[in-house]
Amino acid sequence: MAYSGKTKEFYQSELKGIKEAGLNKEERYIRSPQAADIKVEFPEGAPEKEVVNFCANNYLGLSSHPEVVKAAHQGLDARGYGMSSVRFICGTQDIHRELEKKLTDFLGTEATILFPSCMDANAAVFEVLLTPQDAMIADKLVHASIVDGMKLCKAQTYVYKHCNMEHLEEKLKEAQENRFRMIITDGVFSMDGDIAPLDKICDLAEKYDAMVLVDDSHSTGFVGKTGRGTHEHCNVMGRVDLITTTLGKALGGASGGCVSGRKELVDLLRQRARPYLFSNTVPPVIVSAASKVLDLISKTTERRDKLEKNTLYFRKKMKEAGFDFREGTHPIVPIMLYNAKLASDFAKDLYQEGIYVIGFFFPVVAKGQARIRVQISANHETKHLDKAIAAFTKIGKKYDILGKTKDQIIQKYGM
Amino acid sequence: MQPDEAKQMIIDYVKKEFLEDDSDMKITETTPLISSGIVDSFSMVSLKTFLEKKYEIQIPDAEATPEAFDTVNNIMNLLKKFSKI
Repeated sequence: MAYSGKTKEFYQSELKGIKEAGLNKEERYIRSPQAADIKVEFPEGAPEKEVVNFCANNYLGLSSHPEVVKAAHQGLDARGYGMSSVRFICGTQDIHRELEKKLTDFLGTEATILFPSCMDANAAVFEVLLTPQDAMIADKLVHASIVDGMKLCKAQTYVYKHCNMEHLEEKLKEAQENRFRMIITDGVFSMDGDIAPLDKICDLAEKYDAMVLVDDSHSTGFVGKTGRGTHEHCNVMGRVDLITTTLGKALGGASGGCVSGRKELVDLLRQRARPYLFSNTVPPVIVSAASKVLDLISKTTERRDKLEKNTLYFRKKMKEAGFDFREGTHPIVPIMLYNAKLASDFAKDLYQEGIYVIGFFFPVVAKGQARIRVQISANHETKHLDKAIAAFTKIGKKYDILGKTKDQIIQKYGM
Repeated sequence: MQPDEAKQMIIDYVKKEFLEDDSDMKITETTPLISSGIVDSFSMVSLKTFLEKKYEIQIPDAEATPEAFDTVNNIMNLLKKFSKI
C-alpha cells in the first residue's frame, strides 16, 4: 500500500484547514423531487423538515414537470438507459441530432453541439478555437468554468473590469496585434443577477474585429421576451458568435450543456473538443426530456412570464421591506449583507423559518460582498413568495439591517 | 527601466486595472494583492500577460504562483529573474 501515514496526514490537515477557515461545504439531503416545496434532512440524521426552496436553478419549474418526467420515461423506454460510447463511435442517436437542431432553432444560431455539461463545453471551446497568436478578453466575473477553460488555452488572456465597456475597449486596442480576438462574458452573472450589455459588447466586437462568446446558463429559457436568452434581451440575436449554455438549470435541470453558434466553429469543436471526444454521450433519458422542455417553452411563454411576474413582485416587496440589493429584473436576487458570518447566520435562521437559501461569501464572492442569493422560480406561488418575504423581514429585524445602507451594515458587522 | 520606475509602473497598473475608478485604496510595494483579494487569481493572468509583453519575457506557469504575484516586491523578484532589470 502506497497510501502512507504521511500522505494521509497531509490530506487530513487540508480538510481541517478548510473547516477551520469556515469554508467547509455541507450537503443537505433532499428527500423529495426538486420543487418549490421540498423535504430536507439537515444536518445529517435530523428529522425531515419541509421548506420552501429558494436556491435552485429551477427557474422555469420544469425539473419535475409531469410532461418532462413522462418524456424522460419515454426516452428510457424507446432508446435505453446508456449508450456505452462517445458520440463519434456509436453514441449518436437520432434524438441527439433532433435536440441539437431544436437548440439551434431556439437560440437562433447556425449549429449546436451537445456536451455532457456546460462545464465541459467551456473547458473545450477556447482550447479548440484559439492559439497563442490569439487573445481572450474576458469580463472579470465570468463563471469559474470559463476561467478553467481559458486556463487550458494558450491564447493571451486579458481581463476587463466587470461590465466596464471603456476598459473592454482598452483591452481590444491592446490586443489588435493578435490574430483573432474573442470577447468572453456571462450573459447573466450568477452571483449578482446582472445582465451583460451585449449590445455594446457586439458594437465593440464589430469595431475591433472580435468574436463574442456568451455563457448564457443563467438566461436560456427565460431571459428575453420569448426566453431565448440574453442575446434576445439585448436585441443582438445573430450578432453573438458563440453561446455556451446548460440543460442543467431552466431547461429541465438534469445535466448536459452545449455550444451553439457559427457553423464552422461548432463543426471544428465536433472534431477536436476533448471533453466531447473523450466522454460519454448525453444519455437518451436526458436528451428526450430536454427535447420536451424545448417543445414546451417554444409553444408558450407562460412559465417565463410567470417567472418574470414572481421576480418583479419579490424584488418590489423586498425593496419595500428595506433590504439592500442591486436593481434589476433577473430571478437571481442577491440580498447584500457584506459580512460572511452575518450571511451564514442569516441563512441558518431563515432555514428555521422554513426558507431554504444559502449564504455566499469569500472566496465564492469578493471579500466584503457576502450575501444571500435568492433564486425565484415559476413554480413559486404568491404564498411561497410572501412566506419568504415575511421570514426575511423577521430575521432582518433581528439583525437590525432593514433600511440600512451598505456602510451602515458594514459599520455594525464589519466586512 | 530602473527598479524604482518599474515598481511604480506596476503599482500604477494595479491601480488602473484592478481598483474601481472611485477607489481611494493605497497600494504600496508591500501591499498584499492576491491574498487580500485586490487581484483575483484570474486577473493575475492578465497582469502576467502585461509584464510579459512589457519586458518581452516568458514567465513559466510554474513560476507564476499567487505567492510570486502577491506583492509588488515579489513581482519585482520575478522580473529580476526573467529580465534584465
